[in-house]
Formats: sequence, structure tokens, C-alpha cells
Amino acid sequence: MAVVELFGTWFSPYAYRVIWALKLKGISYEYIEEDIRNKSPLLLQYNPIHKKVPVLVHDGKPICESTVILQYIDEIWPQNPLLPADPYDRAVALFWIKFADDKVYLMSKLYQADGEEQRAAVKEWLEMLEVMEENALIGGKKFFGGDEINMVDIAFSFVAHWLGVLEDVVGLEIFEPHKFPRVSSWIQNFKSIPLIKENLPDADKMSAFSKHGREMMLASKSN
Amino acid sequence: MAEEVVLLDFWPSLFGMRSRIALAEKGIKYEYKEEDLRNKSALLLQMNPVHKKIPVLIHNGKPVCESLIQVQYIDEVWHDKAPLLPSDPYQKATVRFWADYIDKKIYDLGSRVWKTKGEEQATAKKEFIESLKLIEKELGDKPYFGGESFGYVDVAFIPFYSWFYAYEKCGNFSIEAECPKLIAWAKRCMQKESVAKSLPDQQKVYDFILQMKKHFGIE
Repeated sequence: MAVVELFGTWFSPYAYRVIWALKLKGISYEYIEEDIRNKSPLLLQYNPIHKKVPVLVHDGKPICESTVILQYIDEIWPQNPLLPADPYDRAVALFWIKFADDKVYLMSKLYQADGEEQRAAVKEWLEMLEVMEENALIGGKKFFGGDEINMVDIAFSFVAHWLGVLEDVVGLEIFEPHKFPRVSSWIQNFKSIPLIKENLPDADKMSAFSKHGREMMLASKSN
Repeated sequence: MAEEVVLLDFWPSLFGMRSRIALAEKGIKYEYKEEDLRNKSALLLQMNPVHKKIPVLIHNGKPVCESLIQVQYIDEVWHDKAPLLPSDPYQKATVRFWADYIDKKIYDLGSRVWKTKGEEQATAKKEFIESLKLIEKELGDKPYFGGESFGYVDVAFIPFYSWFYAYEKCGNFSIEAECPKLIAWAKRCMQKESVAKSLPDQQKVYDFILQMKKHFGIE
């Protein structure tokens, strides 16, 4: 029987995307925790170009980049499809997935910033949330995928869980629910799904871990 | 119903070229609309309100944005001719990975080569050549990235060939000297009508880059 392995880290939003996809499809897998400060030789062998997690290894063959992995999973295991069947609807879904992917860097941008840079990062975050509110979530759907989540919901998950942790770490409220009612509704719906709720990294643990890392990083920046 | 296909584009766009090539490969008749990016049309703003960028593929009035998404869409809708993506899921994952690498690394590094100078440019040039060598290694001895036939990664990457002369002049180096197999591959692709018709003249691109440098105040 085919073996599925997933290399990830406990706090990575990208790794969780793959975890949820595998669980949604009912696929058993072996999870391997990586220490990003001390990457395993196996990870470096499987992802020599980017040297990052997540990496999915199926039958000994590695697949890298979370969105590439998700599409692979969706094609190999077609039950509970994560993308629309219609080519046009699929193109629209892929557009939003790319949009989300192109914005995840805002996580580290805000994390690393202080002063003027921080103001600029917050502004970008708000612009992104505006687009989600005004362009992505129109139509009154519960999820991007309709009545059930799909790959687009998974792609935007960093907004649903990791943003809250980031706000705690930097001590700022960026997401005001009353300003983004559709996004707020979507977050609540997304996090209510048992599969998601039961498979999220602990927010307090992430917060403590990130706060410590941020203090060290900002201290070395000012030296 | 007759198919109506429109492409909103800008002649030097590496991304627009991808869609031109894909449409030509499939033999699709379409209307090409040149956009003035300093004065974007109402149609462009309506069809791509989020990014306001080209290319935009409009199929029977419905917009598809992002060049790689357009290429995949074209391949799926007009699937009976010249397949661009492999059918095997693992091979598909591989070509998607490389197209992503081209966009994440090669495009950004190439931009830095013509946009910067001095120390910054020297670093960009070094990293750009390294990334080209990596993709040349992926090509190996195959005639195309797609193997025996022209495929998705070929479509994603060949537009950059029209910019090679501009990169070389700006960075003062020779891509052929560093990556001869890549140049051989590019010339092979240029023999295809779909590619030759879709890529602008390299000198014209260089002149355009010089204008952009003046505009950005880079000497």
C-alpha cells in the first residue's frame, strides 16, 4: 500500500493546509516534525531548492509548495473535491488561492516590523482584508467553497487563526470584526468545522514562542 | 454559440506572452487589445478590479486573470489539441512547481538585474545566473521541458527569452556563455510559429527597458 508522509512544523499555516486536505479526503499519513533551525537531511534531500516545509512524500516521491501539494492531493484522491469541476469556476478559485498565497508574506512582514515599517505593514493588511470583504466573499455564501470548505477556504486560513496570534504578538488589533462583517462571519464558520477546530496549533503556545523570537529579532536589529 | 475570446495585454509583458502562445498553440481565434498601462481602459478595470493588471483573458464575457491560470484554463477548455499539461498527477505537480519557481525566483531576479546598479545589481546578476543554471539542469538533455513536446513549463519560461538581450545589456553579461543549453532550447522554441508570433523583438524590448530605466531614474 502506498505510503504518505508529511514533513511540517507545528506552527506552519502551510503544513496545516496539507493536514486538513489529507484528513478531508480520509487519507492516512505519517507526520514528521521538522526543526527549521536544524533541518533534517531527508528534508533537504526532498526539497533541495527551497529547503522548506511542507513536503508531501507519496510512494517515495516528493511534492513541494503547499498549493502544488493541495492540487496533487485533489487529483490523486478525488473524493470530497477541493476545487470546482467547471473550468471557469476552477480558474476563479485558483485566482483567489493565488491572491491568498501572495499575501501570506504579510505575516512575516508585520512580525518583523516596528515603527514606520509596522504602520506600512498594517496598511497592507487592511487593504488585503478589504479585498476579501468587498471582492472575494460576495454572494452570501457560508464558505468560499459554498456550503462546504474548499481549497480557497484552506488558502485563507492564515487570516482565520494565525492573524489573531500575530495581533497578540505585536500588540495591535488589526482585524476589527464590525469593519469586516463577511470576513468575520467566514472566520467563525471556518473555525467551527470540527475537522478544523480539532486540528489547529495552540494559539497560546504559538504566541509565547513567537513573542520570544520577536524580542530576540528586534533586539538584534537595534544593535 | 460562437466563442468570443479577448486578450487584454501589453506587448512587452512576459505574462501576456504566455497566454498568446497558449492561444496560438490551440489555434484559437481571439481579439488582442493593447492596453496603455498609464491610462487603463474601463474594460480592464472592470475585468480585473482586484489587481487592475494585464493580461486578462475574457472568454464569452467572463474574465480569467493571472497568466498561469489562463494557460491552465485554455488547456482545459480547448483540450482536444496540443495538450500543454501532462495528464499524470505527479508530472503535473512537477510542472506546477517549476512554473512557480520561474515566477518566484527568475522573474524577480531578472527585474533586479535591470532595475538596480552597483553592488545590488552584482548580487542580482549572480543569483539570476544561478537560477537560470538550476532551470537549465531541470531541462537536461530533453528537447523541451515538456519532454518530446512543447509544454506548460516551456510556455511559462520562453517569454523570458525576448528579455534576455535587455538583461544582458543592463547587466553586462552573456546568458549563452553561462547557459548554452537554455539558449539552444529557446532557439528551438522560436522555430514554432506560436512562439515566434507571440514574442516581441529583443531590441524593441531593450529600448522599452531603457525608457523604463529613465522613467524610474536608474542610469
